[in-house]
Amino acid sequence: MTPRDFDYLRTLLKSASGLVLTDDKQYLIESRLLPVAKKLKYETIDAMVAELRRSEATSLKNQIVEAMTINESFFFRDKTPFDNFENIMLPKLLEAKKAQKHLRIWSAAASTGQEAYSLSMIMQEYAAELEGWRIEIIGTDLCSEALEKAKAGLYSQFEVQRGMPVKYLVKNFKQVGSMWQVNSKIKSSVQYRQFNLLNSFNLLGRFDIIFCRNVLIYFDKETKSDIIERMGKQTNPNCYLVLGASETLVGLNDSFGTVPDARGLYQIKDQAGNKPASAITRPASGAPLAKTGTTGRNFTR
Amino acid sequence: MKQCLVVDDSSVIRKVARRIMEEVNFEVSEAENGQEALDKCRQNLPDIILLDWNMPVMDGLEFLMELRKDPCGEAPKVIFCTTENDMDHITQAISAGANEYIMKPFDKEIIISKLKEVSLLDA
Repeated sequence: MTPRDFDYLRTLLKSASGLVLTDDKQYLIESRLLPVAKKLKYETIDAMVAELRRSEATSLKNQIVEAMTINESFFFRDKTPFDNFENIMLPKLLEAKKAQKHLRIWSAAASTGQEAYSLSMIMQEYAAELEGWRIEIIGTDLCSEALEKAKAGLYSQFEVQRGMPVKYLVKNFKQVGSMWQVNSKIKSSVQYRQFNLLNSFNLLGRFDIIFCRNVLIYFDKETKSDIIERMGKQTNPNCYLVLGASETLVGLNDSFGTVPDARGLYQIKDQAGNKPASAITRPASGAPLAKTGTTGRNFTR
Repeated sequence: MKQCLVVDDSSVIRKVARRIMEEVNFEVSEAENGQEALDKCRQNLPDIILLDWNMPVMDGLEFLMELRKDPCGEAPKVIFCTTENDMDHITQAISAGANEYIMKPFDKEIIISKLKEVSLLDA
């Protein structure tokens, strides 16, 4: 690719999605755009980019931006955030919000849906405790193709084995030919919307938990700060923020503080600006949650 | 060093599984059917058993049920590793006492994620 084409793509991606294509991410162009070029029957990526520069066609532009921003995802990715969700966030929020009985969770880079469905599956384990609660899980992503897959909830055998305990497969999926599909209960528990993190969050409402993993890494510092600041305004009191394993809020925005003893977990500061309390001291009646029912003997989570 | 017993009638699969398990520092022994595996377990219980389903002499499910009846037979973690990939087989395996289930084909990544599930590797 000529430096001029690369600069063109770089500018396009920054303005359309906020994604910063640093020189070390050049490899992404090849791996992400080759399938698009093939699908649209261009001989090469260069030919496709040249055509876009000439015509500026919206649909071609969108397909290129979406392909560049699609996020690899799998069930229970990195495990720790989901352990924190089960052992810290849920018990604490169930105690703090027992009067309202309403929880709103945002999966801010939902991609193909595995994160949102993983959260939903964990909550199924606590169905009895959550009886009478209104739980909303909103999954947003820039990429409409990823969201289509998320909505269908249909995954390959490889995808359902990577990171997901088999007990969740048995409880929450049905087999459809050689694929596995989340059951209707899990599927209907998540609402998906196409959404650009550069746009206003006002219409999304306020949240109690925000999962925003492995997406900030694509933005420059200024955009990261702006996103975090605006997320801070969409929070209910005690709202948790979960970042990816390699991400940090250090040097960005101070509306969230780290939760001590919980890696990668942040919580909105109270109005006085106080930092979050330790994750270990739980409210007396808050923990641990009792799971609903049992699965076969000798099961390891 | 933690010990792993690979039970499969295919020497190719045993070799692949052995290589993956050795990479994550397990000491590996092999058996080519359920009976041989049971004999080995009665001499020396491994920490983990990777278990095929369809094998001559004694199949994986029969082996598992026999193992779990033995004194201390509850101790080893058992991960089925089989081409049987339907819900019936999975639930049958779990009620017989399997800790995890891998549908073939598998790769290193899937094995490692399942080892973490049964707490034999750190997350």
